[in-house]
Amino acid sequence: MNIGQSYFWAFIVGGLWCVLAQLTVDLSGMTPAHVMVAFVSLGAILSGLGLYQPLVALGGAGASVPLPGFGHALVTGITQQMEDKGTLFGLFSGGLSATAIGISAAVVFGYLMAILFTPRGKR
Amino acid sequence: MGASKGAGAARNGSGKNAGGGRSKTSRPASSRPASPKEQKKYQKIAQQARPRPPVLINCIKAFLTGGVICLVGQGVLNYFIRIGVKPPDSGGPLAGVMVTLGALLTGIGVYDVIGKFGGMGSALPITGFANSIVSPAMEFKREGYVLGVGARMFQVAGPVIVYGLVTSVVVVLIKMAVMALTGKS
Repeated sequence: MNIGQSYFWAFIVGGLWCVLAQLTVDLSGMTPAHVMVAFVSLGAILSGLGLYQPLVALGGAGASVPLPGFGHALVTGITQQMEDKGTLFGLFSGGLSATAIGISAAVVFGYLMAILFTPRGKR
Repeated sequence: MGASKGAGAARNGSGKNAGGGRSKTSRPASSRPASPKEQKKYQKIAQQARPRPPVLINCIKAFLTGGVICLVGQGVLNYFIRIGVKPPDSGGPLAGVMVTLGALLTGIGVYDVIGKFGGMGSALPITGFANSIVSPAMEFKREGYVLGVGARMFQVAGPVIVYGLVTSVVVVLIKMAVMALTGKS
């Protein structure tokens, strides 16, 4: 796949995930928070069924940046560490290891932003 | 502010139906109470008047917003691959960069604008996950740095991590059980 195609499929796959989430919010009346939780779990389930890896192969960042990709990262992280370091160790360490950078960055920068900025209209 | 605000709106929404009946009885004594028939009629009118979400437009906006965010992500991913990071190892750094971008844009107030336009198109990418952490962290600064910033950060991200982790552990266990039963390794 050349560079242009990778951008094209990232746009399409990522956009379609977001349309699916938007439809769920608009048609079922679930809150955005509920849909975010549901889609992470959905990603983990699709990953377990072996369906998410092909989507990543096609969509690249379009499949790994939306939250279902977070669920996929959890499952692949667990599977990988179970093979490398043993079943129990991997089961409880693999998921958070694979997603550690994202979570740590969010917490550290979240804290930093809270110190630096005050939300608009709430001064 | 996208996701945390959404959760708040939902809380108000669920309370609306419960309060509906009570408000009728608390009307001033001078006006007669509405008959059940009238109440039903009123509820029907209210149902029709409730704004229906413009589903098609919302979907187009979500598609464009989510697509563009993933486009940026693909640019970062292509850069990582060009400097020699193996594709399986690129997921963590990619998430780190996108989360950092989302956090910075939330801090300077830009992500709120994107969120108003994009709906789930801005909430579902991992930048929206960052937004769901940073936004309450900033907003609840007034409640203190421990119980405000520290605790409220995880209002939405907490459930996402909890259900993500539990689901992924269960999924892997089921996969192991299926493999053991079918004899594949």
